[in-house]
Amino acid sequence: MKRVVITGAGTINALGHSVPETLDAMREGRCGIGDLDFRDVDRLAIRIGGQVRGFEAEGRFNRQQMTLYDRFTQFTLAAAQEAITQSGLEFQGDLAARSGVVLGTAGGGVSTWDDNYRAVYEEGKNRVHPFVVPKLMNNAAASHVSMEHNLKGPSFTVSTACASSNHAMAQAFAMVRSGMAPAMVTGGSESMLCFGGVKAWEGLRVMSKDACRPFSLNRNGMVQGEGAGVFVFEDYDHARARGADILCEVIGFAMSSDAADIVMPSKQGAARAMAGALADARIDRSEVGYINAHGTGTTANDKTECAAVADVFGPQADKLMISSTKSMHGHLIGGTGAVELLACIMALRDGVIAPTIGYEEPDPECALDVVPNTAREAKVTVALSNAFAFGGLNAVLALRRV
Amino acid sequence: MSIQDRVIAIIAEQAVLEPSDVTPESSLDELGISSLGLVESIFAIEEEFDISIPFNANEPGASDFDISSVAAIVRGIESLVAEKA
Repeated sequence: MKRVVITGAGTINALGHSVPETLDAMREGRCGIGDLDFRDVDRLAIRIGGQVRGFEAEGRFNRQQMTLYDRFTQFTLAAAQEAITQSGLEFQGDLAARSGVVLGTAGGGVSTWDDNYRAVYEEGKNRVHPFVVPKLMNNAAASHVSMEHNLKGPSFTVSTACASSNHAMAQAFAMVRSGMAPAMVTGGSESMLCFGGVKAWEGLRVMSKDACRPFSLNRNGMVQGEGAGVFVFEDYDHARARGADILCEVIGFAMSSDAADIVMPSKQGAARAMAGALADARIDRSEVGYINAHGTGTTANDKTECAAVADVFGPQADKLMISSTKSMHGHLIGGTGAVELLACIMALRDGVIAPTIGYEEPDPECALDVVPNTAREAKVTVALSNAFAFGGLNAVLALRRV
Repeated sequence: MSIQDRVIAIIAEQAVLEPSDVTPESSLDELGISSLGLVESIFAIEEEFDISIPFNANEPGASDFDISSVAAIVRGIESLVAEKA
């Protein structure tokens, strides 16, 4: 089995258009959530979100590319460029033939669906652009990254709602660890902040109208975000041999299924995923210093997640830190685990723990150290990143400082 | 049909019961309606009466809309329907 390290990271989200901008915002506990700005927003009951601002596709992509790139693909390409540039890898020859792209997304080209349904149903048009299908398909982003960077190995897209990115990164990790691929580009993206995308979520009645306050007694729901996070996972020996800068090591993962309810989370399912990741990484629970929580800010998730952490970690649960950065960038749905992995890297590499902002009142059912409101300096050796999806599909990654 | 009869019909359908088994005193819990069932019932009531009910599943007790019994729900709907008129 190979050791697997991360040698490149890229992102775009409501906190910034790059990893340094995003980490600065997390350090400062800045909130990227604000008033949504798109067509027909006045017909929504929920009007806030973590929208990416100032991202101009024009100029960045040419006209031909624009006809093929939905916003979720645009975000992915921007993040992938940053990650691959940082890694210093050039995919050629055998490296290119064996390296691929595994990305997560829940909805794929949601705004392309939205725009074109509007055209045919509302505006009564009987013709749509010839590239609607290749633009909206869930694998469009992975395919364009493979084309842009000459990645000719195994590439595909994973769709497990809010755990998509973590399931995708778990796959990429397994492929590098087994020796199947020397490097994989992985992570995920989402862009659902359009009328139809938000209207669908509104129907569930779990969205907050004012703020995302994970673990706080007065929390009243989740807030959607958008963006992408992309990483280069690489065989440790390969990275060492070329003198690459190593951001951290990926040491294990686990996936579990609640097999219970389509939307209500299960403590047992979450606990099995966390315990499984520790077992896969062959580490003791006492080594874990930080957990990036799923922490959606809903009543059900946060109390269930805290109970699961207490079950898995026992007395160690009171010593570790757990925070939800969704309070700052919103819930990126299929892209969320990827952006949140950045908080784990910051904890391991820089010794800075991203806070849970918007925290106002302690909840006895979430009685853990949630790093309220202000970032904290702390030396962390091992971090976990949790993702628990609708459908009861869970994926947890374990990372270690190098 | 009165507002109460229409609400009872919706709740009975959600609970898979006969309307005669649903009384004004019944709570949704007693009728076996889960939190998801509650969200579906609220949606069905909004569609039936063309009203918007302020309801957030994260804080079901926080809004003015009382869901503690069928009678309370009926009173809430009566006032929303009156506001609309």
